[in-house]
Amino acid sequence: MGNGTSIGRVRGLGSAHSGAHHWIVQRVSAIGNLVLTAWFAVSLLLMPNFNYITVHDWIVSPVSAVALSLLIISVFWHVRLGMQVLIEDYLHEAGTKFVALAALNLVVFGAAFYGVFTIARLALGAA
Amino acid sequence: MAQGATGKKARPLSPHLSIWRWGPAMFTSIMHRVSGNGLAVVGLGALLCWLGTLAAGPEAYAKYAAFAVSPLGRIVFVGISWAYFNHLCSGLRHLLMDIGGGFEVKTNNMWSILTHVFGVLLTVAFWAILLLR
Ligand code: HEM
Ligand code: HEM
Repeated sequence: MGNGTSIGRVRGLGSAHSGAHHWIVQRVSAIGNLVLTAWFAVSLLLMPNFNYITVHDWIVSPVSAVALSLLIISVFWHVRLGMQVLIEDYLHEAGTKFVALAALNLVVFGAAFYGVFTIARLALGAA
Repeated sequence: MAQGATGKKARPLSPHLSIWRWGPAMFTSIMHRVSGNGLAVVGLGALLCWLGTLAAGPEAYAKYAAFAVSPLGRIVFVGISWAYFNHLCSGLRHLLMDIGGGFEVKTNNMWSILTHVFGVLLTVAFWAILLLR
């Protein structure tokens, strides 16, 4: 391993042994998104109107509540991976990159939990 | 970095940041990134707000619903739906290319362009059904 040019510093190190998993999970979540968001789009079109009662009655049915919760999980997982790539592509300084990735993880986890929690609250009759 | 003329003959250069031209695939790649990240921020924000106001009760939900049909709300939701359908189509193109399809230049350019055509058509169809039902 040389230490002069940037290519010299990485030559001979071999693979990072991570990355393929990220790529595959991005695809798996993409397929999950495809199925669940298509279901959601069709469900919106099938609603007679978007009044509180109509939407509330729709969302508290077990099928809707479960599918919408799965949608939240699949989409946020996909977004967590996708935005990680965005950050890695544009933030090159180790400190800012670390902070941005940490913030991404916290926001995604919190937001996804908020989504599933509101659905559960509605479906279990507390709101 | 890329030094082409160190030997006697100029060696081929690797792709260079300042030497490029527009092509359908490049545009589609950029739009996939823009639509995906736009959806993540605005689309998921709006989705969570919808769930949040629904859980907060009829008064809060009514405010959200009123915003959704206001002129600004229309722009936001048409934008979200277009980003979604566009990302869906370019995402399917990604999955097709992942299994080795569509790499010939002509086919690749064709699917790149069709991605955006289908994205707009699906958006128009979605709103037509929604508003005319
Ligand atoms: C509807 C089905 C969907 C499909 C088929 C799909 C497909 C894909 C694929 C294959 C990638 C990887 C692209 C690459 O490796 O360069 C990707 C990236 C991404 N997707 Fe999706 N996706 C879908 C829905 C969504 C949704 C609903 C969101 C957000 C709410 C989203 C956000 C993103 C983001 C942020 C990226 C990263 C883009 C980048 O910066 O490179 N996707 N999508
Ligand atoms: C693009 C993103 C968003 C848009 C367009 C949006 C829009 C709105 C609008 C128009 C209202 C009604 C405000 C009023 O007239 O009083 C509202 C209220 C509300 N939003 Fe959002 N919002 C977004 C993101 C979020 C997010 C991410 C959350 C939660 C995590 C959220 C939670 C709430 C809640 C709980 C209320 C109800 C407040 C009340 O009780 O009146 N919003 N939002």
